[in-house]
Amino acid sequence: MKYIDEFRAGDLAQQISAKIACETNPRRHYHFMEFCGGHTHAISRFGIADLLPANVRMIHGPGCPVCVLPIGRVQNAIQLAQTPDVILCSYGDMLRIPASNGMSLLKAKAHGADIRMVYSSTDALKIAQENPHRQVVFFAIGFETTTPPTAVAIQQAKTLDLKNFSVFCNHVLTPSAISHILQSPEVREFGLVPLDGFIGPAHVSVVIGSQPYEYFAEEFQKPVVIAGFEPLDVMQAILMLIRQINTGRAEVENEFTRTVLPAGNIKAQALVADVFELRRTFEWRGLGWVPYSALKIKSHYADFDAEQRFVISALSIADNKACECGAILRGVKRPQDCKIFGTVCTPENPVGSCMVSAEGTCAAHYRYGRFRERNNVAIKEN
Amino acid sequence: MSQKGFVKPGYSRSLDLKNGCIEMAHGSGGRAMAQLIQQLFVTAFDNEFLRQMNDQACFPSFSGRMVMSTDSHVVTPLFFPGGDIGSLAVHGTINDIAMAGAKPCYLAAGFILEEGFPLSDLKRIVDSMAQAARTAQVPIITGDTKVVERGSGDGVFITTTGVGMVPEGIHISAENARPGDKILVSGTLGDHGVAVMAQRENLSFETSIESDTAALHGLVAHMIAATPNIRVLRDPTRGGIAAALNEIAQQSSVGMMIYESNLPIQEQVQAACEFLGLDPLYIANEGKLIAICAAPDADNLLRAMRAHPLGKNAAIIGEIIEDSYRFVQMQTCFGGARVVDWLSGEQLPRIC
Repeated sequence: MKYIDEFRAGDLAQQISAKIACETNPRRHYHFMEFCGGHTHAISRFGIADLLPANVRMIHGPGCPVCVLPIGRVQNAIQLAQTPDVILCSYGDMLRIPASNGMSLLKAKAHGADIRMVYSSTDALKIAQENPHRQVVFFAIGFETTTPPTAVAIQQAKTLDLKNFSVFCNHVLTPSAISHILQSPEVREFGLVPLDGFIGPAHVSVVIGSQPYEYFAEEFQKPVVIAGFEPLDVMQAILMLIRQINTGRAEVENEFTRTVLPAGNIKAQALVADVFELRRTFEWRGLGWVPYSALKIKSHYADFDAEQRFVISALSIADNKACECGAILRGVKRPQDCKIFGTVCTPENPVGSCMVSAEGTCAAHYRYGRFRERNNVAIKEN
Repeated sequence: MSQKGFVKPGYSRSLDLKNGCIEMAHGSGGRAMAQLIQQLFVTAFDNEFLRQMNDQACFPSFSGRMVMSTDSHVVTPLFFPGGDIGSLAVHGTINDIAMAGAKPCYLAAGFILEEGFPLSDLKRIVDSMAQAARTAQVPIITGDTKVVERGSGDGVFITTTGVGMVPEGIHISAENARPGDKILVSGTLGDHGVAVMAQRENLSFETSIESDTAALHGLVAHMIAATPNIRVLRDPTRGGIAAALNEIAQQSSVGMMIYESNLPIQEQVQAACEFLGLDPLYIANEGKLIAICAAPDADNLLRAMRAHPLGKNAAIIGEIIEDSYRFVQMQTCFGGARVVDWLSGEQLPRIC
């Protein structure tokens, strides 16, 4: 554990905190978006806000894979799970995401659907081999990090000639989401989301490398610092962003050099290219339809595509009216700006997806940070 | 003079504890059930009260206040490093009684057995219970068995109930915490949960972590002797220390501030939690307790705890603060503050 502790050392944190305080320009504000839920979680869990000056504000981005999946796709997964003889395999975080009519995969499971929580795509493959008379569907979600393992499972299924394994593919792409945010009228025209720079993804960047971000830095003149998920990584990245802004630079810098290479993981990229291709467009919760932002299974693996094997109809289901997940995912609102945060919507009874996963902005704020708004009576227990 | 094929009068074939398994007949009230009870349970738990062989156990009453507690155990897997469902069932109820500062006196045990469950495994469990009860000096004086059809249970479920007596002048309750009080824990956190998780089929990883399952009444008696006015005791089982602290904060209408750097957590437990994305504060313990006492008593109590084998890693982890919102907060090693919230949903399947 020495390895982890080194990235959580309190004394080093104090040193970086002092540098940040010293180097920030008191006459301006700094607004940085951490794209990834992993960073959001680290910021909340380690209380990083307490170590930043008042004029440095973190805006939580949409990088929580279960949060951005639209209700329609969750509903599709529930329908798949309720199909006779189907076993649906899903990552644990997805199980509690609310769909329509108060349904979730977890509730569908309680009503008799055969839903198995798995830790990896290969677990799903194993379940398919063990249940040759059942159709096993892997509910594949996530950004570039979880895509290569799904590709491996599909390739293996082909090698094994498995007739009962398919993938319901919902893999999405980080760069397109960042472009979409930067091009949104809220950022470009109305100035609703002041954005001075990005903390770039950690694990996603291990796969795609640092090059894909060059475009944002150049086109939108926004600095990007790729950072690891440990709290010292985040602090260091914030300091690097502040230095870029103070010196008028907008570059891609890599704080996470211990794992991220400029070109990324070429092998993983080749795997993904073999199995997947771009979707013309895909719906994101909060961001709407984003062109070329998701992947689908290529035709030569069509036998393993659940969207080919089963009838899956496109469902467009609106979010609960009171739920601000959309605006929160775009960085326009904060959890505490939502009327139902902490009252109607809690981790026990989530209304919106951001309240479910540990990486969700609302869940992270509810779990770790809500004592900061003590005067908000809505958060009082009992 | 011997005769071929002669069978001794009164002979009955004994239970096949090696290859036999639970059948529906073992719960039907007939001869098979009587045999199971006699040869397995009564033999293992043997004591004067059980020997009465009535549907109830008769024991002398005590003067003063008594406590009673019941606890059902449904752990998967049934056997794990450091213990099994049997020892867990004995320790769980003893600990619930001890958390009132009481001396546990008697236990009752109810078994729900699944058809097809191997008798050899049942014997291992029953022997482990008997051993745990004997070590703790708390006899199991009455019990019950039921058998459910294959598929309706998960091998074996055990419910234990216990009674104990509270010594004169001891008033320990979760509503007693007051601002300024100190919060102590008796040892390393999360050992049981991680030991059990490491054995799970879909999650197996190698670790030498053992469950901390233990009866805590000896430690409690030792603590009370040193500091009779302990205010609160609680064993942080399901939901871990986070759940236990939040329960106390609710019941006492106070807030808490704990210090991450003071939390005793084994490196291996920390590593397993990092790997699995879990927080050791939410992992179950089966042989640890939280104690709250007035600040001037804290050092004395800590010394007493550390002098006992089950409290050698005890630590003061924080203090009670005034807070009408009853937040349990933690000062992180990193220098920030955060809420230690209740566990939401289920962190993992059954572990205690």
